[in-house]
Amino acid sequence: MDINQYLEIFIEEAQDHLQHLNQNLLELESNPDDNDILNEIFRSAHTLKGMAGTMGFDSMMNLTHNMENILDAVRKGTLSISSGILDVLFECLDFLEDSVNYISETGKENEKSIEPLKKKLLNLMSNSINESDQPQSNDKNMDDFKFNQYDENVITQALAQGMKVYKIEVILSEGCMLKSARAFVVFKTLEKYAEIFKSLPAIEDIEDEKFDRSFKIALITNEDKEKIEKDLKNISEIQDIKIEQYKEIATVQNTSKTEVAATVEVSEDHDESEESHAKKNKVGKTVRVDINRLDNLMNLVSELIIIKTRLEGIDSDSRDQNMSEAVEYLERITTNLHDAVMKVRMVPIERVFNRFPRMVRDLSRELNKEVNLIISGEETELDRTVIDEIGDPLIHLIRNAIDHGIESKSERENSNKDTAGNIYLRAYQDGNSVVIEVEDDGKGINIDKIKKKALDNKLITQSEADGLSDKDATELIFHPGFSTADVISDISGRGVGLDVVKTKIESLGGTVEVESYKGKGSKFIIRLPLTLAIIQALLVTVGSEKYAIPLNSIKEIISIEKDKIRDIQGQEVILYRNSVLPILRLAEKLDVKDYNEDENELTVVVVKKGDKFSGFIVESLIGQQEIVIKSLGKYLAGIKNIAGATILGDGQVALIVDTNSMI
Amino acid sequence: MKFADNNNQFVVFELNGEEYGIDILRVKTIEKMTNITRVPKTAPYIKGVINLRGEIVPIIDLREKFNLEKKENDDNTRIIIVYVDDIEVGLIVDSASKVMDIKSDMIEAPPESLGNSEQSNIYGIGKLDDKVITLLDIEKMLTA
Repeated sequence: MDINQYLEIFIEEAQDHLQHLNQNLLELESNPDDNDILNEIFRSAHTLKGMAGTMGFDSMMNLTHNMENILDAVRKGTLSISSGILDVLFECLDFLEDSVNYISETGKENEKSIEPLKKKLLNLMSNSINESDQPQSNDKNMDDFKFNQYDENVITQALAQGMKVYKIEVILSEGCMLKSARAFVVFKTLEKYAEIFKSLPAIEDIEDEKFDRSFKIALITNEDKEKIEKDLKNISEIQDIKIEQYKEIATVQNTSKTEVAATVEVSEDHDESEESHAKKNKVGKTVRVDINRLDNLMNLVSELIIIKTRLEGIDSDSRDQNMSEAVEYLERITTNLHDAVMKVRMVPIERVFNRFPRMVRDLSRELNKEVNLIISGEETELDRTVIDEIGDPLIHLIRNAIDHGIESKSERENSNKDTAGNIYLRAYQDGNSVVIEVEDDGKGINIDKIKKKALDNKLITQSEADGLSDKDATELIFHPGFSTADVISDISGRGVGLDVVKTKIESLGGTVEVESYKGKGSKFIIRLPLTLAIIQALLVTVGSEKYAIPLNSIKEIISIEKDKIRDIQGQEVILYRNSVLPILRLAEKLDVKDYNEDENELTVVVVKKGDKFSGFIVESLIGQQEIVIKSLGKYLAGIKNIAGATILGDGQVALIVDTNSMI
Repeated sequence: MKFADNNNQFVVFELNGEEYGIDILRVKTIEKMTNITRVPKTAPYIKGVINLRGEIVPIIDLREKFNLEKKENDDNTRIIIVYVDDIEVGLIVDSASKVMDIKSDMIEAPPESLGNSEQSNIYGIGKLDDKVITLLDIEKMLTA
């Protein structure tokens, strides 16, 4: 079989399942008794195993198989969830993730040995056997069937027809060698006069001997309890049989003689699982689409918009009414189409946030700190291109927060704080941008330490340091080559931290700010444009050429008299709102040849980059317009001062000015 | 640069009175001259970008690239859109009108006497009847 065509699907799905496993294991860690989660984990692992098997990735399959064994033991109650087990399982996930990455890069399976992990898993298993020697609470093991709607119908109907419904637990004798064969005989015996509609574990698992010493079946029959008991007792190697009769559905739901409270819990569980089911269904109804196809669709839509603009531009006198109506209709449709396509490109930021709980867990353990990660707003949507890029900067910030922000347990105790630190990760939409905040309640940024470090690294001079406001000093952490960690740790502090974050975010058209309160914590605020594909821009002319300047970088537009321009050490400046504003000529920066400067009045677009401002002289303004950003392509990659191109209503190409790189 | 054995077809165009050929598998479309938007800070032979049905495509003036004398655009001027992987570029040529079959045994390696810069873009010399057609190596031209 040519597996290559399935490789991509395999990788994507495997990554999904791993993500899922990670998430669910974390959840399981906090609710070790939740069977739904456990089942979910089991299913994911099982699917993964099957997928890996089909693709011929044997060690992946092997490992997942062993994981499954552990999970199964947990499910049966012979093994209880402990952090030891979870650690090993997490380790397995890491290994699997590595394998998947390796496969996605090379198409081949990693040759790293799974033996050490397998051994660990087996150790866990043998521990569990020791444990199971001890008498265990049978009640937990007697965990009952969960009847679904269908089963309940079957039971109700059977009861209505005067048939009997039994639940039978068969316990095989200790030395039983062929458990599945015994089970098979039990099934065969009963099937003569009864209909078995449910078994625990499932029949397939019983066949595979995936059960301990006991299994349960539910059946409908006309025979008496006594006959069944007698028949089953005749089969050898059966130690004990417990038969219970169901009288009505209500008792079915509440078979084990537990208190009412337990029943309530069960039904609640039920609701929850249904809810999660509904949620899953919703997720299930999606189609994976190559991002290039979406880009293509987007191109076609922008093209449609352009041609629509042209149609609108046709002299309205020369159109009859029908034509006008048609054009109006076209306009409505294209606008809707445009919105729809834009929405398709939007992805909830959950995709990025998902991996953080695990990361925080591991890091806080490594550093022996207690950290809670509180995530909110994960449903906030961002353009796919932004989502793909924002992960790394966020990882950086969260690592920083855990490493530098949150204090050690003893430190926290000394300063009267809860020993567990909190990191808040929030996302929300604010107008045309999305804000992501990473906040910790740690010790905050130490201004004096920063100044000292900046002095040591010769980033600033002593006099500069004295004159720096706290806010400006805080900003120093974004300076390239800055790191304040006294001890360079594995987690952060390699000195390539925050400036990379800042550069990345700025390249996405966003900004990053920091707020910090000594002893109370710090907060990084990232602001990102909703989408990178379409932005509001100001169109200007320089000479005979048209350029677009992204509106989000423009502070204001002023008009100045030419003789107000002063020359300070070769740099032209004007006095603007009582501060000195450097002036640049767009024509010069872009080598425009047919630029004629007005002798008196000049139009200046004031552009901001961080907290710096610059004025760009343009020839005239055309107006504000929504533009579709297009790349200049690989051949022209890396051109200075130009961020991309856009197509105007008349089909002409206008370049988008990258003001950031000019300041 | 590889050519399929049974498909030695070349788009043939004219530049300064000479005939040049490009492997037809590298040619996307042939366009008439259209408005070109200048892109600053690029090599002089890059004339700018055009809007090709919603896509931005850089345009190279082949005359300038090959250091030939400049010529005003006229009705015959064409832009040949060529591509290599995901790089797409338009080439301005004097005229382009035909597709020719040139068998591989009729293609010779470029003579050494040709200038170095030019040579690197040439895949070979095709001979057809008594004509000589310079075959361009688009892959080298775009990725070098």
